[in-house]
Amino acid sequence: MSRAAGEAVPEVTAVAARLDGEHRKELLRQMLLIRRFEEKCVELYSAAEIRGFVHLYIGEEAVAVGVNQALTPDDAIVSTYREHGHALVRGIPLDSVMAEMYGKTTGCSRGRGGSMHLFDVSRRFYGGNAIVGGGLPLAIGIALADRMRGEERITACFFGDGAVSEGEFHECMNLAALWDLPVLFCCENNLYAMGTALERAQAQTDLALRAGTYGMPAWPVDGMDVIAVEHAARRAAEAVREGGGPHFLELRTYRFRAHSMYDPELYRDKAEVEQWRHRDPIEMLLGRMRGAGELPDGELAAMEEKLASQIEASIAAARAAPDEPVEDLTKYVYSPESS
Amino acid sequence: MNAADQVKTTYREALRAAIREALQRDDRVFLMGEDVGRYGGCFAVSLGLLEEFGPERIRDTPLSESAFVGAGIGAAMAGMRPIVEIMTVNFSLLAMDQILNNAATLLHMSGGQCNVPLVIRMTTGAGRQVAAQHSHSLEGWYTHIPGIKVLAPATLEDARGMLWTALQDPDPVLIFEHGSLYNMQGTLAADAGAVDIRSARVRREGGDVSLITYGGTLTKTLAAAEQLEAEGIDAEVIDLRSLRPLDDATIMASVARTHRAVIVDEGWRTGSLSAEVSARITEQAFYELDAPVARVCTAEVPMPYPRHLEEAALPQPDGIMAAAREVVG
Repeated sequence: MSRAAGEAVPEVTAVAARLDGEHRKELLRQMLLIRRFEEKCVELYSAAEIRGFVHLYIGEEAVAVGVNQALTPDDAIVSTYREHGHALVRGIPLDSVMAEMYGKTTGCSRGRGGSMHLFDVSRRFYGGNAIVGGGLPLAIGIALADRMRGEERITACFFGDGAVSEGEFHECMNLAALWDLPVLFCCENNLYAMGTALERAQAQTDLALRAGTYGMPAWPVDGMDVIAVEHAARRAAEAVREGGGPHFLELRTYRFRAHSMYDPELYRDKAEVEQWRHRDPIEMLLGRMRGAGELPDGELAAMEEKLASQIEASIAAARAAPDEPVEDLTKYVYSPESS
Repeated sequence: MNAADQVKTTYREALRAAIREALQRDDRVFLMGEDVGRYGGCFAVSLGLLEEFGPERIRDTPLSESAFVGAGIGAAMAGMRPIVEIMTVNFSLLAMDQILNNAATLLHMSGGQCNVPLVIRMTTGAGRQVAAQHSHSLEGWYTHIPGIKVLAPATLEDARGMLWTALQDPDPVLIFEHGSLYNMQGTLAADAGAVDIRSARVRREGGDVSLITYGGTLTKTLAAAEQLEAEGIDAEVIDLRSLRPLDDATIMASVARTHRAVIVDEGWRTGSLSAEVSARITEQAFYELDAPVARVCTAEVPMPYPRHLEEAALPQPDGIMAAAREVVG
């Protein structure tokens, strides 16, 4: 993953990440929330309580948590089918995310979407999109609408390295740069498009370099370091917000778990996975906090305990929640006020 | 203004008047597509609008159907009322992912949160010797998709009036303009405006056979009906107008009067809209029928370039008349 050319991430000044201990605790809490939620999802999947495709974000938590620090509640997010993390840190209530996994009426998409299609328009969270690259045009359109209406808000668009192969990616890089749209492109480069390694799919594996050719600032970022992600995201988001046009972050990360529940992982060495686990974003932050004496004994355990009980409560609530009535099967195909 | 005042116009001018009115009435409306601005639209529909409304609202796009159709979807979700123009239905295939997987799907997939008030206009159909990648009638494919509405304006009134109604719709509407109609001339009420986009219309009344069609083949079907009259066959002509949803009631009421149906569809026969209409007649009006339902469709061939072969491939008045004679017996 050498970087041949391109712009370095500039020094963060005006929008310096808040580096105090309380802030780091919150980053830790959010990363743990994602991880414990997903670990529980694995159990529930194994017990056949939840079904469908479930794509785990475990290992990549620093990306969602770090980028989210740079966004305001007014900004928009467009995400992928691996979006539990983005949804949870956006503040979509845990109960409604869990209920969506169960396909219940109380789910954030009324159970119609499932794991891959979490939505909360009230929080400007425009979905998990499960067509690789398919969310990018939506992000551009949302940003275009904001620009045309004079709104000073931005759209964060998450996608993976696989999307870079899609024509839609290149169409959208060009259009966003051409029209100077307020989009923060967040490329979660976890080195695999399902089972196809980056170097087996890309003639040029430096993705920031490629995005840069569209005339937008594009920076590679250590996606395992939540502080580094927050730094870069704040700097980029500020520039986008101030009219600097689209920016691109290549967040270099790694998925510790299989692509989905059906993946026997024949395409990568266990040793490689182990090597990346040494850079576990949660452990890295924990190490830093312990070194700085920011995490007194017992505090982590208390945090874990609270998360566990919140997750258990969300499961209990989801189990008890009603199913959508079958009579409503075709509801929401057209709007109720449709002519 | 006297409502009876009539003005001379063309299908193209009627479309332009509709777009202009929409831009004037609603500042959320904008037009976006390839060459809609400085070029004036590849069929000159938007000629002059850039000068009138400026580049923010008459927005030239790069050749990137997926990006600009998807951007229209995103902008619609975020509160705008975009009109996206795609040059031809053949090019719309490059945006099929966005139309099907996003525009048609987001409302349901989000549990009712993300409606997409988007209008997509595009040209369809043959008749201009532009061969196998610019001539097809694929609107029938789009009618397969729940979540969108599909319109085919075949008259000046509908060219003038469908757009505004489509823009009021909370969900995505696709409007198919047949390429042979842009130069169609006629008169239109000076105060013509919005029309309904749900119902089919009886364009010619008759008691012997229902000729059911839409879009570019309406003129040919009406011509066939006139000639059939000279032979003593009194044909009714139904203009579907809305291809999804279909106005079953108007179709079945006509079949109940005539007891015979011929469907004229410029799409290929296999898996076509004509097949859907035929199936519905069989399901809903089988006992009204005095003869099997007949279809006149385009020959199952990629559209050839030479004039004589293109004419042979397309539904023509002679073929429509032959089918009508057959079912009338």
